[in-house]
Amino acid sequence: MSPEAQAIIEARGLKRSFKVRGNSIDAVRGVDITVKAGEIVGFLGPNGAGKTTTLKMLTTLLAPTDGSAIVAGSDLRRDPVGVRRNIGYVSQAGSTASEAKAGEEIVSHARFYGIDAQTATERAKALLAALDLADVWDRKCGSLSGGQRRRLDIVMGLIHQPRIVFLDEPTTGLDPQSRANLWSHIRKLRDELGTTVFITTHYMDEADSLSDRLLVIDKGEIVAEGTPAELKKKVSGDTITLTLREEKDAVEAAGVAGLLAGADEPAVEGHMVRLHVPDGAAALPVLLTELARAGIEAIGVEVNRPTLDDVFLTLTGRSLRD
Amino acid sequence: MSFFADTWIVFSRAMKLSLRQPLWVVIGIMQPILYLTLFGPLLERVASVPGFPPGDAWVVFVPGLLVQLGIFGGLFVGFGIIAEWRSGVIDRMMVTPASRTALITGRVLRDVVVLVVQAIILTTCAYFFGLRAPIWAIAVGLVLIALLGAAFSFLSYAVGLLTKSEDAFAPLVNTVALPVLLLSGILLPMSLAPAWLQVLSSINPFKHIVDALRAVFRGELLTGEAGLGLLLAVILVILGAWIGNRVFEAQTR
Repeated sequence: MSPEAQAIIEARGLKRSFKVRGNSIDAVRGVDITVKAGEIVGFLGPNGAGKTTTLKMLTTLLAPTDGSAIVAGSDLRRDPVGVRRNIGYVSQAGSTASEAKAGEEIVSHARFYGIDAQTATERAKALLAALDLADVWDRKCGSLSGGQRRRLDIVMGLIHQPRIVFLDEPTTGLDPQSRANLWSHIRKLRDELGTTVFITTHYMDEADSLSDRLLVIDKGEIVAEGTPAELKKKVSGDTITLTLREEKDAVEAAGVAGLLAGADEPAVEGHMVRLHVPDGAAALPVLLTELARAGIEAIGVEVNRPTLDDVFLTLTGRSLRD
Repeated sequence: MSFFADTWIVFSRAMKLSLRQPLWVVIGIMQPILYLTLFGPLLERVASVPGFPPGDAWVVFVPGLLVQLGIFGGLFVGFGIIAEWRSGVIDRMMVTPASRTALITGRVLRDVVVLVVQAIILTTCAYFFGLRAPIWAIAVGLVLIALLGAAFSFLSYAVGLLTKSEDAFAPLVNTVALPVLLLSGILLPMSLAPAWLQVLSSINPFKHIVDALRAVFRGELLTGEAGLGLLLAVILVILGAWIGNRVFEAQTR
């Protein structure tokens, strides 16, 4: 099989604009997305970058203004029903009514895919057990905790055994323990069921630990693509931050540090000096020796591995946290 | 084929949820029952006033209450769809291969069933107050109310999904409901009104539906009055269904 044949999502020039008071606003400005079967792809970007809009287009909930896409073998524009048969979508908003019982919601949802009630019940019970929800069948959805309800949403999205599942910010609002728990469930989806997972997030740690590959979106455009490790390599190495006793020391220290092999131009801020080197751990002893030889005393030193936030900062000039 | 299967899925889910909250059905019927007990007896005296339409007070009043039940029973269901939209249920259904028309029609059918049950309760109560009408007339009345309720239910879901906000939906619905109610002669027949008001109310289709139901309750089925009302009700359902479907389809546009 050629690599192209394995692509389960193939979007070209996908674009969406909205009319707001007569003005046309481009929420997504023509994105190309390729996802291979069996991948976990993280779609990372700040709030308002166009993540949800892109996701809604790929899941047939929003018609693209322009562009095309093949999702799970069906053309998004010509055969949306074909797409719907093969995808699962777990929205940020949830999927169940508070007053409804969890088991009834799942079975009723499954019947839209032509699954009979008995098969749906068996599958639902297995999925619930796999997601640590074995005892919620007769409980009202509104009585579940935030984490439980999110996992119930995932069960709803998987009941028809879709080839791809789209998760929109699945861990927003969850406590750290529930988040870690959900991550392990998402990994299991792929490892045990072979489901392709497309997950949007604005949490860097989530994107970092969960995704095989990342797409970074900003202002409606994809600005980078690659594995977390590849993306981090785009940032020029590790960051060394020196703290000195006085500002004049900082200027001198910057001169010394700038001579390190592979260092970039050190930036001086007050009595701090910041620079990037390819290998921080190896450069540090050299730097400290050179500083001592020049008679400069550093009162603090820090080495940081690049984070996805540094990647985003390098790519866009803004922090994801903003 | 898929349409009927999907409609059934949506209907049975919605029905189950309604049955779990029977209180709402009771609250929905309370208002017309209060009108019946606290306002109906007043009309018995007014019925002798010149200009009062033919038939006794109950034959005039109960059709009005039934139409009111149909209009209001349907009109406020939009609140429910806003809540469903907010909890992600609508998108969750939209992302399945289900027929779009089924998603709204299933909900409307649930509303119609609830409405017909309420109408039967109301008519039974009215019987004890002194309503005398042939059984076939009451059956025709229920059909008319079901049509009316369906039309308003379709429209209400459409407006609910268009506004997606209770704060916008509530005033909009009230703005429509009050003039419709006042100009339809539901509480007092329009034959008592001055000429200008009669002209104004004759533009209101619901006035003709109320008139039709009153005619039916008097035992006149094959008259122009009854025919016009039934025809208007059918047109309203078609219009409501068309608009409702357009709005549901436009959700993914």
